[in-house]
Amino acid sequence: MKLNELDIVQAAEGLKKGEFSSVDLTQVCLEVIKKLNPEINAFITITEDLALNQAKESDARRKMGNSRGILDGIPVAIKDNIAVKDYPTTAASKILENYITVEDAFVIKKLKEAGAVILGKTNLDEFACGGSTETSYFETTKNPIDHSRVPGGSSGGSAAAVAADMCIYAIGSDTGGSIRQPASYCGIVGLKPTYGAVSRNGLFAMASSLDQIGPLTKTVEDAFIVLKELAKYDEKDSTSNKKGEETIQKIVDLKGVKGLKVGILKQGKVANVQAGIKNDLEKAVQKLKAAGAQVTELNLPILDYALAVYYILMPVEVSSNLGRYDGIKYGYSVALLRDATEGQASSKETVARNLEEVYFKTRAEGFGDEVKRRIMLGAYASSAGYFDQYYLKAQKVRAIIKKEIDDAFKKFDCLLLPTTPTTAFKISEKTKDPIMMYLEDIFTVPANIAGIPGISVPFGKEGNLPFGIQVLGPEFGEEKLLNVAKALEEADG
Amino acid sequence: MVKISKEEVENIAKLSRISLTEEEKAKYQTELSSILEWVEKLNEVNTNGVQPTGQITGLFNILDSDEVEKCDISREEILKNAPEKKDGFIKVKKVLE
Repeated sequence: MKLNELDIVQAAEGLKKGEFSSVDLTQVCLEVIKKLNPEINAFITITEDLALNQAKESDARRKMGNSRGILDGIPVAIKDNIAVKDYPTTAASKILENYITVEDAFVIKKLKEAGAVILGKTNLDEFACGGSTETSYFETTKNPIDHSRVPGGSSGGSAAAVAADMCIYAIGSDTGGSIRQPASYCGIVGLKPTYGAVSRNGLFAMASSLDQIGPLTKTVEDAFIVLKELAKYDEKDSTSNKKGEETIQKIVDLKGVKGLKVGILKQGKVANVQAGIKNDLEKAVQKLKAAGAQVTELNLPILDYALAVYYILMPVEVSSNLGRYDGIKYGYSVALLRDATEGQASSKETVARNLEEVYFKTRAEGFGDEVKRRIMLGAYASSAGYFDQYYLKAQKVRAIIKKEIDDAFKKFDCLLLPTTPTTAFKISEKTKDPIMMYLEDIFTVPANIAGIPGISVPFGKEGNLPFGIQVLGPEFGEEKLLNVAKALEEADG
Repeated sequence: MVKISKEEVENIAKLSRISLTEEEKAKYQTELSSILEWVEKLNEVNTNGVQPTGQITGLFNILDSDEVEKCDISREEILKNAPEKKDGFIKVKKVLE
């Protein structure tokens, strides 16, 4: 097995035994990135110097007997909406193309403390707005399994980097499925923790009441290892929840599913779910039963409204959060541009004559189509006259969904659904109709609306295209969720 | 039937501080209308007497102590990303004509 193909547990074992060094491991990953990235476009920025320095430091620590634990010396890829100091963080937007990050995100601080080796920043949909990486200002990432297809999104670069073994694991963010959906399309594990379990400090905000950082990994065990490193209380994030750290740090190992009550949601069996996925969901139920879980069907019709709630609340939060990109403090700006129309390159006329024009033109040129669509949709849904009809209504339905999901978890330990209704679609197949694209989020959005954890575990294939089964757990019920996920992983194939 | 008029598109673009071409106005009018029509589905849900929720954390008023903390980031570092600056300040274009 090549070093880049190892998972965290295997790589840590090899480092511990001295079979290879962190520099060896890092160099192999960098070589693979350089070879594959021109075609796959998983990375926007490769942080080679940082990676090699961190690897050398890790090796030196190990030599002195001061190794910091399982993640020390292991190469990771970071989604490019998470701040890594002294390197660009673009959020895949023109408006941040030349932005140099001034501070590490909380999760990056934790990873650096754990001795992680940061290989680079991965591609995403612009400001995480999309499900395919096609809205990235840079290239579209290709699915490593079939280059004519999308890797999913928005953490598509992170998922592709893991699936193509360009790294050992990756970090992503999930607002409506952005970790789980690309994990499903690329055949890897993707975990969105409970809202508040991982600090959002340093994550470039998309929709703050829904955003959550999490790992994309090759195994469930690896997802658990990374989660433990990330789930620490942060006083700088007012939605960081001490319960997250308390419950997650207590998990010692994954013990299996014996006696767990798993509810299989009816939504997963509807007509527009690909036949192979429906069949395998049934297989998953049988395997869980064989492993000792009690599985029964559950109907939660309110979940049919989660997606509509999402496409009101999320754009409203996007329109507010993205207000900060104005061409004044940082990022792309028309303020310095001179009007060069009609061949008059030397014209002294500036593009923007006053502050307001800087705002309007910077944002018109700096944001892409999907981001503008969401900003304007959000502005509409929260504007005077429409606030009650859209935003308030969606907030009320969110409250109902939250309550009904919490109630369901009084009877069940975990819930089961497909991660996505289909396998990875063709590049540009769904770009013309925004709603077609939005429907891909149908099974992943409920977890964000209710703030509960969700994980996608690779389970089956349609042709050569993989898909995942999704496990949802109660708030801070990561232990149960990981146990069910592990049982599914063992049953795979 | 489109749900929102061209004037409404112009108004929300203005609220969003984004300038649009005529072509874009027409495009967003159609697209935003179809999205708004699709989310109308929510009207099927009876929400009488339901308290709206802005967040689902169960946390309540997390306050920070009102003390000045030293910032590790220098003024220079923060300013290096600003497009226009002068004498250690961010420079903006005139607000009034």
